[in-house]
Amino acid sequence: RRHTTINGRANGTGPPSGKRLFQGQESFEQAPMYVAVMTYLGFGLVTLFGYFRDFLRAVGLEKCHIAKERDEQKDFVPLYQDFENFYTRNLYMRVRDNWNRPICSLPGPVFDVMERVSPDYNWTFRLTGKTIPNVINMGSYNYLGFAENNVDFLKTVAERVQQYGLGVCSTRQEMGNLGIHQELEELVAEFLGVESAMVLGMGFATNSTNIPALVGKGCLILSDELNHTSLILGARLSGATIRVFKHNNMQSLERVLRDAVCSGQPHTHRPWKKIMIMVEGIYSMEGSVVCLPDIVALKKKYKAYLYLDEAHSIGAVGPTGRGVTELFGLDPSDVDVLMGTFTKSFGAAGGYIAGKKELVDYLRSHSHSAVYASAMSPPVTEQILRAMRCIMGLDGTTIGQTRVHRLAENTRYFRSRLQEMGFIIYGNDDSPVIPLLLYMPGKVVAFSRAMLRRKVGVVVVGFPATPITEARARFCLSAAHTKEMLDKVLFDLNEVGDELCLKFSQRKYTSRPKEQHHNNNDLNKDFKQDSL
Amino acid sequence: MAWVEVPGQEKVLKPLLNTVIILGLIKCANFSPQAPAYHLILEGILILWIVRLLFSKTYKLQERSDLTEKEKEDLIEEWQPEPLVPPVSKDHPSMNYDIVSGPPSHNIVVNGKQCINFASFNFLGLLDNERVKQKALASLKKYGVGTCGPRGFYGTFDVHLELEDRLAKFMRTEEAIIYSYGFATIASAIPAYSKRGDIVFVDEAACFSIQKGLQASRSFIKYFKHNDMEDLERLLKEQEIEDQKNPRKARVTRRFVVVEGLYINTADVCPLPALVKLKYKYKVRIFLEESMSFGVLGEHGRGVTEHFGVNIDDIDLISANMENAVASIGGFCCGRSFVIDHQRLSGQGYCFSASLPPMLAAAAIEALNIMEEDPDIFSVLREKCEQVHKALQGTPGMKVLGESYAPALHLQLESSSGSRETDVRMLRRIVDYCLEKQIALTLARYLDKEERFLPPPSIRVVVTVEQTKEDIDRAASCIREAALSILK
Repeated sequence: RRHTTINGRANGTGPPSGKRLFQGQESFEQAPMYVAVMTYLGFGLVTLFGYFRDFLRAVGLEKCHIAKERDEQKDFVPLYQDFENFYTRNLYMRVRDNWNRPICSLPGPVFDVMERVSPDYNWTFRLTGKTIPNVINMGSYNYLGFAENNVDFLKTVAERVQQYGLGVCSTRQEMGNLGIHQELEELVAEFLGVESAMVLGMGFATNSTNIPALVGKGCLILSDELNHTSLILGARLSGATIRVFKHNNMQSLERVLRDAVCSGQPHTHRPWKKIMIMVEGIYSMEGSVVCLPDIVALKKKYKAYLYLDEAHSIGAVGPTGRGVTELFGLDPSDVDVLMGTFTKSFGAAGGYIAGKKELVDYLRSHSHSAVYASAMSPPVTEQILRAMRCIMGLDGTTIGQTRVHRLAENTRYFRSRLQEMGFIIYGNDDSPVIPLLLYMPGKVVAFSRAMLRRKVGVVVVGFPATPITEARARFCLSAAHTKEMLDKVLFDLNEVGDELCLKFSQRKYTSRPKEQHHNNNDLNKDFKQDSL
Repeated sequence: MAWVEVPGQEKVLKPLLNTVIILGLIKCANFSPQAPAYHLILEGILILWIVRLLFSKTYKLQERSDLTEKEKEDLIEEWQPEPLVPPVSKDHPSMNYDIVSGPPSHNIVVNGKQCINFASFNFLGLLDNERVKQKALASLKKYGVGTCGPRGFYGTFDVHLELEDRLAKFMRTEEAIIYSYGFATIASAIPAYSKRGDIVFVDEAACFSIQKGLQASRSFIKYFKHNDMEDLERLLKEQEIEDQKNPRKARVTRRFVVVEGLYINTADVCPLPALVKLKYKYKVRIFLEESMSFGVLGEHGRGVTEHFGVNIDDIDLISANMENAVASIGGFCCGRSFVIDHQRLSGQGYCFSASLPPMLAAAAIEALNIMEEDPDIFSVLREKCEQVHKALQGTPGMKVLGESYAPALHLQLESSSGSRETDVRMLRRIVDYCLEKQIALTLARYLDKEERFLPPPSIRVVVTVEQTKEDIDRAASCIREAALSILK
């Protein structure tokens, strides 16, 4: 095994466990009461209008745009219940131009959004053929800026395309186990500081195909309230009992654990076979970071197993980008199952699962994806290899480290400026995912459209992905964002925030000395796409 | 039903409380000043009851209140969980993967030996096609590798829209939707439509991803014997009788039939015309999984619907993966907009996962171009399949499973030794023998404990257009030798 020293530590591992380096602050400020009232009123009004429009459609006064069942199948049981679609028909359709925006360039720090128009209030879209060039990208998961098309950096990836082609046409256990897959698995294990790792072709499938292989009937899964759909699907497919504890709340977790160990399985009170705690490193809707030291202490006390999903935190947090284990200064072997994806910080696709050698050996023979799902595409594997080598410094440059530091700086800067302006933002000070609360459905839509007019692409999320009163905009920072880009976005946010009255925060922040005012010319300058 | 958080107390008798409150609200909605006296009295009693419940003592339904703190500590001390994973022996058949160095093309290097590839699903030989690679390189130069986001959040690229459009046109349906992984395609499509309480009739030989989709849907699953339309009709008739007992429930219970075009586990084809007749007779919707038959069957490669001449609108949903004939990664579903559009909001593998990398989509588009320009390729493939099928007949001790035009055949033992482990070991020895003689074959892999109807152990033989007559003859004689020497 090769050893590299970064900052005097072998392989970039952190100091001995227990010593907490990280003192990040988390905040989830509540908005004043009138905001909740207005939000409910807003939804109520839209629902009433929805009923009214449904009535008009039924009577025939309004044209019905919805796709219809075939005439030959009119007497079949309807495929969708009318009520299920109420929300889609009457709320989502009217505002759906804010999602699924097609782009036609690299998803880097700036991108080109394709222009769409709708002649019939968003029922159908038509691409005009024009693009909105150089829109600042605050929505893509490009934390370390590896979504790039620089010819030099992608040389090895292009070589792999030429040499191997694109697909693999087989599963890992049959004829799909390529030499480069094994190379990647060794590198991932070295990167994370664990014994062994396994890679898969899709991040979502990593959870949904491996959790059923680890736990089954008679086991207990303790899952955080706000876990991702893939974790919930994997837990359901496994057949184990699932209990939910409050988000990041250690008292709730301890209570559920104690209860579980003492009472055993429901009805029979037999002891549980295994208890597995499933948490994520960074929760992408809240921006919060898991309280890992507390969870590790609890798991050791109650002899449970820990499954950590680092989809958003691998590469994005930690002094050398090793994720939340490094952020807290813990030993990676304290976490039983380390899982993550390559989509976010490595600019590729796929997922990995890592841990002790016995665990990974077992998964190689019993995971659903190893037996039935296609292996990872070779050029994608090469992209991950080069990105990981870059972060670890194994390619002889310090580009990786520079990017990790730049991301941390950008995060700190952006968060502090947003808080100063008076917006309510959730989450940990060190998380590059920043939810900005908008609350009211009308403002959510107006915000997204206003920002696009100013050439900033933002992501907004509402019900049902978030609680009904907490619709938000979510910013994903990137190491590729320059300070000028961030300043432009902040300037626009300031103006739009004032226009739409979005500054709900009631906290007072010491204001920094006013930034030297940019000329309007500067701020309206076009940000060209640029490789780092 | 909304959970009510009672202030300052544990959640108490929640269903009862909620029913009472809802009843109370209904009563209030019906309230009118001209109501008779007993209405008002009833409402008064209801309000008093609610007030009483709000302030009554709590008790937890599940508590083992007989445990003291000390006893709890002891229990926690004593409890020993199972190890996270059971130990796997070193010579478990799935432990030692065959290592392929270099690309898995026609001439493949397996475990250091140069072999002819009879194991990768590269039916049309598009894996190392120059045009496909060039298009992928152009896409790489423009878009980089990953898309960095799901479809809803700036992960929709113009290549995705183009690929969906082209697939819809190729299959002659209204709309198509693409997924970033073949396994997730049908496993996300089924639960988007079939929910708890619905009924799904599925063939016993359905592949694993269909089984996972069915498990995720939580519907009632009824298995019918493989390709046995009479068994399916029997089940449908039984269901009809059930429906008559409860017509109100029957009016809202959706029914589906899930079949594959060419089954991966048995390499035979489903009787689609008979199925369509059953569809209209018993009012069930058909979901067709065409991973093995897309780009293989039919005059233009459109799959089993073209093969049988069935109207494609009669099939509600066609799902296929692009990892076989198309030699890329990912999957798609196609059908009428009425059906497909629903997955854009409810397909879990679509909404909650990053989209397909653009260069893989560009490769798929170019593969489609090649398929459209040169439809002769399908008849060439069919010819080769017939050749292989014929050449493998009469292998001593083994039988060939599959249609003569199926490109992925199974070679099973004619008579099993009684134990699956022994059979697998014998087949593995045959595969090893062939690898020595430079023919790359593979055992068909399954998860023994997870499959509902575990197929018997077999060797997979895959036919591709790149195999020549000499290759096929060599392979057949090699397998014959192996069988002779090992299966004495």
